[in-house]
Amino acid sequence: MLDYITSYLSSNTTPGQAGNVFWAFVYILVVFGGVSVAVMAMNWLERKALAHFQIRLGPMRVGPHGLLQPIADAIKLFTKEDIVPDKADKFVFWIAPLIILCAAFSVYIVVPFGPTHAITDLNIGVLFMLGVSSLAVLGVVMAGWASNSHYPLIGALRSSAQMVSYEVAMGMAVVSAVLMTSLNKTGTGTLSMIGIVQAQQQQQIWFLFKFFPLGFIAFVIFAIAMVAETNRAPFDLPEAESELTAGFHTEYSGLRWSLFMLGEYAAMIAVSSIAVTLWLGGWMRPFPNTLTGAIWDLVFSLFPGAIFIALAVIAFVGVVRMPKHPYFRIQTLGLAGFGAVLGLIGLILFAPPVRDRIQDIFWFVAKVAVFMYLYIWYRATWPRYRFDQLMKVGWKVLLPIAIGVLILTAILGVLL
Amino acid sequence: MQPVATTFFFYFLSGLTVLSGVLVITRKNPVHSALALILGLLAQAGLYLMLYAPFVAGVQIILYAGGIMVLFLFVIMLVNIERSQKEEQFNKQWLIGVLAAAALGVLFVLVYVKGKDLFPEHIAQPAENSNTQQIGVMLYGQYMFAFEIASLLLLVAIIGAVVMAKKRI
Repeated sequence: MLDYITSYLSSNTTPGQAGNVFWAFVYILVVFGGVSVAVMAMNWLERKALAHFQIRLGPMRVGPHGLLQPIADAIKLFTKEDIVPDKADKFVFWIAPLIILCAAFSVYIVVPFGPTHAITDLNIGVLFMLGVSSLAVLGVVMAGWASNSHYPLIGALRSSAQMVSYEVAMGMAVVSAVLMTSLNKTGTGTLSMIGIVQAQQQQQIWFLFKFFPLGFIAFVIFAIAMVAETNRAPFDLPEAESELTAGFHTEYSGLRWSLFMLGEYAAMIAVSSIAVTLWLGGWMRPFPNTLTGAIWDLVFSLFPGAIFIALAVIAFVGVVRMPKHPYFRIQTLGLAGFGAVLGLIGLILFAPPVRDRIQDIFWFVAKVAVFMYLYIWYRATWPRYRFDQLMKVGWKVLLPIAIGVLILTAILGVLL
Repeated sequence: MQPVATTFFFYFLSGLTVLSGVLVITRKNPVHSALALILGLLAQAGLYLMLYAPFVAGVQIILYAGGIMVLFLFVIMLVNIERSQKEEQFNKQWLIGVLAAAALGVLFVLVYVKGKDLFPEHIAQPAENSNTQQIGVMLYGQYMFAFEIASLLLLVAIIGAVVMAKKRI
């Protein structure tokens, strides 16, 4: 038994490929736990950043700077009454949020956090991610229909039309990136997520800059389509508050509503990680081709620890600046403890064996985090599209450009 | 890696396919039928995976479960469910039905009896790792002509749909 567990550590593949059930299980727990925590953090960050965009304070009451707000929200949602409308289709109503959640979380099976840090590596990685995440639209449609109410139905209709149309442009952009993976000696490309990053490693270039500006245009198309695909602003017509209250989940409350939110944010992280894998070099650190050598390796490997230490310093600055009134004592102690934990994590990340293993995960997560911040930025900056404008952008602008980029990429790939 | 619990998954997935197939035709509510059909299609994708054909499984999920069935649901949701529930579900052609079922049953029995001669003794070990690449080579090499003809057919269907939907172009 112990042999079985330790034997994987010396192998150089993902647990899924090595066929090690124990480590696959551990990885699944870690990834799903990590994603859930990331969703909570994202929830806090979104409210806070949106508030600062609009010159407000945002959540300030629960914990220092509202840090514990997501936990308080979770407790509130768990204990809230769960209302099912009288004329609703009970079974479909019940199963719809679960489908969205399953679709959002299953795609993490193939997300490559590092060359060995993925649950498994499928031969059809990208295809699997696009296919399974497209199943989320079923949950949206079912939720809208089962509520037996007008706003959810209209929201669901809009959502399905939108997701199906933007999937086409998205797929074309992905294909042009997949084509680039075949530019090696054997001339065979790959769909596997790890294989795609390795192809970028081999060709010494992120696909974002390959055949400039072709790779860049494909990336921009994907970045736009991915926002529409996850029903986020400025494409959040399915849940447009001003016209449809909350769209397809108007009738949901309590725990089930929170499942929708969890699924939405998990899907956002998932599509961002597709973009990172395909165009931004996945787990590779910045400038792996120009800033080479042992010194640069060392400098870049110190980044994860340094970030955590910086966060700890920020927390301690907060402790110092906290008002000295006895009312704030618990908050001050909590923030100091939080800073200490962050600093400790930072120190652990400086240790050489940990540093080497954690590096790839750190760069992948950092790149995804940029996208998550962009999502918030979009929401704060741009007004919502009208539905006909949305369809026009999807079919008449993005799709033709994507097909053009695909054809040009193929031609250049054959010529060069 | 070696496959685990193959027999269990085979019976599980095929049982799921049959069950959802039965549900599709017995449910009164068309939305429930469509959902059962989606379940069946997903179980089929699982069976394709067991046959070492991951690409086909992925395409099955994207096209059928994610694309076509969404459009199905889209249309069904706009239909008045209450009226369609009062309509009769089965028509009265039981004689033809029995004949067709008997013919299919005979076919199954024949395959079961003569199966040994019809199919190769050993299962061919397909290369799981290059399944997608092999399909690509097949489609764009050996079966190029058929593939292009099929795409032309789809183009005709698209143009036909546009012509029918738009009175004036």
